[in-house]
Amino acid sequence: MRRALLAILFFIALIAIWMAVVRAKIWSPILLPSPGSVAEYLGSAFRDGTLLQATAVTLRRLLLGYFIGLAIGLPLGLLTASSKFMEDTIGVLALGLQTLPSVCWVPLALLWFGQTEGAMLFVVIMGTVWSVVIATDTGVRTIPPIFARAARTMGSGPFHRWIHVILPASLPYLISGMKQGWAFAWRSLMAAEIYVTILTGFGLGHLLHYGRELNAMDQVIGIMLVIVVIGLLADKILFSPWERFLHRRWGTGRV
Amino acid sequence: MSLQEELKGPPPAKLIVDQVSKWFQQKRQNVHALDDVSFDVAEGEFIVIVGPSGCGKSTLLDIIAGLEHPDKGQVLADNQPVDNPGRHRLVMFQESALFPWLNVFGNVMFGLRLKPGLRNSERREVAKFFLYLVGLEKFMEANVHELSGGMKQRVALARALAPNPRVLLMDEPFAALDAMTREQLYGDIQAIWQKRRKTIIFVTHNVREAACLADRVMIMSPTPGRLREIFEVNLPRPRDFNSIEIAQHAAQLTRALKSYAPDPTPAKV
Repeated sequence: MRRALLAILFFIALIAIWMAVVRAKIWSPILLPSPGSVAEYLGSAFRDGTLLQATAVTLRRLLLGYFIGLAIGLPLGLLTASSKFMEDTIGVLALGLQTLPSVCWVPLALLWFGQTEGAMLFVVIMGTVWSVVIATDTGVRTIPPIFARAARTMGSGPFHRWIHVILPASLPYLISGMKQGWAFAWRSLMAAEIYVTILTGFGLGHLLHYGRELNAMDQVIGIMLVIVVIGLLADKILFSPWERFLHRRWGTGRV
Repeated sequence: MSLQEELKGPPPAKLIVDQVSKWFQQKRQNVHALDDVSFDVAEGEFIVIVGPSGCGKSTLLDIIAGLEHPDKGQVLADNQPVDNPGRHRLVMFQESALFPWLNVFGNVMFGLRLKPGLRNSERREVAKFFLYLVGLEKFMEANVHELSGGMKQRVALARALAPNPRVLLMDEPFAALDAMTREQLYGDIQAIWQKRRKTIIFVTHNVREAACLADRVMIMSPTPGRLREIFEVNLPRPRDFNSIEIAQHAAQLTRALKSYAPDPTPAKV
C-alpha cells in the first residue's frame, strides 16, 4: 500500500514538473504542449476510435511477428546449442545480426515486400529472432550436465529429454530472452510503422509520424505515452507471472 | 522351480562386471582409468567400492549405469549386457541433481512417469509412499531450494527408489553433507535397505562409511584403477556408525588402502 502510494506520488510530481516547465514558457507551446492538451488529444482520439483502432492494428502486427519470431528462434537456439556445425554457422550469424538495429532492415523490407503488411512482419521477425536464438543458446549451454545424466538413468530418451529436461532447465534464460525479444519486436515495429506508410491499417507508429508532419506535438507525446503504457502492461501481463514462478521455484532474485 | 529350470537358469549373480578396462583420451596423455576390473554382485547385496580419488571408482559406477562404455570387457545386469542407461539401474549422485523446475513431488514422479504399465493415480501413490519412507511426506509441495542438503539427498533417494530399479547405484551421495546429517542418513539407508532388499552399489572414499554400510567392500587403487581386494563385513545390522567394531573394520580398510597406495614421491626441500 505504502509502495503504491509512493509510486503514485512520484508520477504526480513528474506531471507537476512538466506543468511547471510549460508555465515557465521556456519553449513555445507548439514544441512542448501542456499535460492538459495531451490528455485532450488522447480523449478525443479515444472517442472517435482512431486510438483504439491504431492500437489494435499495432498489437496484431506485434503479436503475429513476435510469435513467428519465437517459433523460429527457439528451435534455432536449441540447434545452435547442440551442434558444433550450427554453432559455427547460424550461431555466428545470429550474434552478428543481433547487433544490427532493426530499423536497418526497413530499406530492405521495403524493396522486397513493398509497402505491405509483409514488410512490417519481416522487420518485426528480424528484430525478434536473433535475440531469442542467443538467449535459448545460452540457456541450454548453462544447464548443469548432471541433469541430463540423471534423466538418462531414469530412462529418458533424447526427445523426452529435450522436452522435459533441457527446455524447463533453461527456462530462466528463455524467459529473459523472450522478454528481450519482446522489447526488440516492439522497437522494430515502431521503426517500421514510422518509415513504412501502408494503406492496410494505421498503427500507433503512423499516428506518431502524422503528428510530427502536422506539427501536433500533443499527438506525438500522447502516442508516445500510449506506447510506453502498452510496453508496461505487456511486461506485467505476459512476463510477470512467469518471473514470479521462476523466483518461487528456483529461489532466485527477491525473496 | 523344476530341475530343468534350475539347471538352465541364470547364474545367481545380479550383476557381473567382467574384465572391464577404460582409457580416457586427454590432451597430453592417455589416462588408464580402469584396468581389468571383475567382480560379481548377488541379488540384494550391499556393495561399497572404496578408494582414493583417481582410482576410477566413479567411472566404474558410470559404466555399470551405462552412462560410459568400457573399452574392454563388459557389464552384465540380469545376464543382459549393459549398453545404455536405463531405469533398472538408477543412480543417486553426489550433488542431489534434483530438478529445480519441479517441486519435491514432481521430482519423485519424474522417473515414475517414464515407467510403463502404471496408471497415473498409482504413480502418485508410489511417489507418496517413497516420500513417506524417507520421512518427507510433509514436504511434497516444497521447492527444491527450500530444502536442506540432507533433505535434498533424501528426495534424491526417494526419486531413485520409486521406479523400483533392480540395482541402486550411489556415487558418494553423502559426501557434501555435514557429519550429523550423514550419520542420520546411514541409519535411514540401512533401514530402507533392510525393508526393500535392494541391490546397492555405493561408491565412497570414506572407509568408515564403507564399513558401516557394506556386506562386501571392494578396495581399489589408482593409476591405473584396479580392484585390489574384497573385504567382507560380517556385522549385524543396523550398525552404529560410531561403534568400536566399525572403527576396527575401518582401520583394517585404511591399512589395506595404504598398502596399495603408490610410493609417495619425497617432497623436494
